[in-house]
Amino acid sequence: MAVTTALPGELEAPVQAPMSYWRTVGWRLARDPATLVAGGVLAAIVLSALLAPWLAPYDPNAGSIRVRLASVGSAAHLLGTDEQGRDMLSRLLWGGRMTLVAGLTPVLVAFGLGTGLGVLAGYVGGLTNTLVMRTMDIFYAFPAVLLAIAISGALGPGLANTLISLSIVFVPRVVRVAESATVQVKGLEYIAAARASGAGVAAIVRHHLLANVLGPILVFSSTQVSLSIILAAGLSFLGLGVTPPAAEWGLMLNTLRQSIYVNAIVPALPGVAIFVTSMAFNLLSDGLRDAMEIRG
Amino acid sequence: MSAGPLLQARGLRKHFPLRGGVLQRARAWVRAVDGVSFDVRPTETVGIVGESGCGKSTLARLVLRLIEPDAGTVTFDGEDVLGAPPPRLKRLRRDMQLVFQDPYASLNPRLTIEDAVAFGLLVHGTPRAVARERARALLGRVGLDPRLYGRRYAHELSGGQRQRVNIARALVLDPRLLVLDEPVSALDKSVQAQVLNLLADLKAERALTYVFISHDLDVIEHVSDRVLVMYLGEVVETGTADELARAPKHPYTQALFASAPTMDPDRRMERPPLAGDPPNPIDPPSGCRFRTRCAFAMPRCAEAPPAPRPLGVGHEGACYLYDAEPAAFIRARTS
Repeated sequence: MAVTTALPGELEAPVQAPMSYWRTVGWRLARDPATLVAGGVLAAIVLSALLAPWLAPYDPNAGSIRVRLASVGSAAHLLGTDEQGRDMLSRLLWGGRMTLVAGLTPVLVAFGLGTGLGVLAGYVGGLTNTLVMRTMDIFYAFPAVLLAIAISGALGPGLANTLISLSIVFVPRVVRVAESATVQVKGLEYIAAARASGAGVAAIVRHHLLANVLGPILVFSSTQVSLSIILAAGLSFLGLGVTPPAAEWGLMLNTLRQSIYVNAIVPALPGVAIFVTSMAFNLLSDGLRDAMEIRG
Repeated sequence: MSAGPLLQARGLRKHFPLRGGVLQRARAWVRAVDGVSFDVRPTETVGIVGESGCGKSTLARLVLRLIEPDAGTVTFDGEDVLGAPPPRLKRLRRDMQLVFQDPYASLNPRLTIEDAVAFGLLVHGTPRAVARERARALLGRVGLDPRLYGRRYAHELSGGQRQRVNIARALVLDPRLLVLDEPVSALDKSVQAQVLNLLADLKAERALTYVFISHDLDVIEHVSDRVLVMYLGEVVETGTADELARAPKHPYTQALFASAPTMDPDRRMERPPLAGDPPNPIDPPSGCRFRTRCAFAMPRCAEAPPAPRPLGVGHEGACYLYDAEPAAFIRARTS
């Protein structure tokens, strides 16, 4: 039987290395029930969209006139069929791909571009700041929906144009958050201390500034994903986004809307999918925000 | 060792614009520092004292060129600091370091303290492993066991511990001059004493030269060899710490010492200490800036600012009371 006796070395003060910031955030995220549920739901949605070619029981674009608007739970079609007799489950799985791409890509583009522009404007200040920020204000002056519709309308329908117009909607918002975070951090004394030690702009931005502004920008960007999903679906609904016969949740909502009096549940399905996905993103960004608020 | 001063500031001036309106044009100027000159000799401690908002911190940043002055010169060991091109400035920065007042805002919350201290060395091209080793050694020297604290983040430390980290960070480049901007003002009295003792020990060990900024007269008197008294962006009196404490000449210095609580009954003054706030530095009074609060203000004080004049060995003051007419001063004092 091993008797545990502390060796002299073990009695000395424990040299415990505290977790790094991002590991702490991850640890806190993993302990938050709402985040876990939202993350689980989202993982399922993303996986099912990725695996659509293997999971979908039917070709999403092939329908049969004879089985139009089958109700949910019918023998051959688990989630029924749409107005052209296409399998709803297959279309929802395939449509998820489009909707996720249209929701995430503009926010990722905005995160990258917006952080760059915002940090530049905030750190350099002066005329650069005025130029960048006033340009952003022009875009910011329009409501998001109106701006997205206007740009998509000008560019024409299609997934690529949807991504471009939504990126233009989200870049100015991220720039604003990035700029204000940068201006705030730039005035702190540790930045002055880094300058006093002879560090150049690049080193200061890389080691001292980015680490302290990326957090708030990331949290803000994550809250925009759900909005982006809804806007992308909205553009498709209006016929400015993905073009038929491709499956996309917003577009499905549009083509099914006349059938709502025939079969109320099937047309609601894409709406439910949009709602659940954007809700999951919202809960996840809330969890991220809470987890990143670490202050001693 | 060079015979001249280590640091020489001449006619430093910084006016900050207050912008307003659509075009963000300067509508007014805050005269933070207005024509300040002083010398710092090797291994001495020069104290700079004055009320909040008198331009002490701005002066510190001007000397280190963290803010570009509008006018004036700064010379460090014979080298022009303000005209130095980037490579030379980077080298000069190794020799002049700054310790900040706020122990919370002055440490990057995302860096471990050993990384925060090592950063300065990395900037100057020291290999990472060497830099970290030196940072850890220096943390040990300022009283923070690197095995216990090296990997910690700033928010896990107390104010006094953070200030020790700040001192280590300033010293890691082996500077010759340390500008201490209110280094103990945010700390408890007991911790203040510890940090002041640490600073005194380090100074002796490394033959450092200090510029010590504080609004606390006790601290300034305790640490300084010579003292600059600032009022509204200008130096009103300079002298040795002993002399200023014993016989302050400028009415502002007198008021400062009078308002400092003292245990010594011989030093208590009958005259009421300073009343009111300093005037707005956007629109300072004409002539002598102190005249609006001065008990001895004369008509000529409003006309032109008094030039500094010698008042003793190494003692200067900018006040008309010490012009050729000592009688006026005596009358004023006794009335």
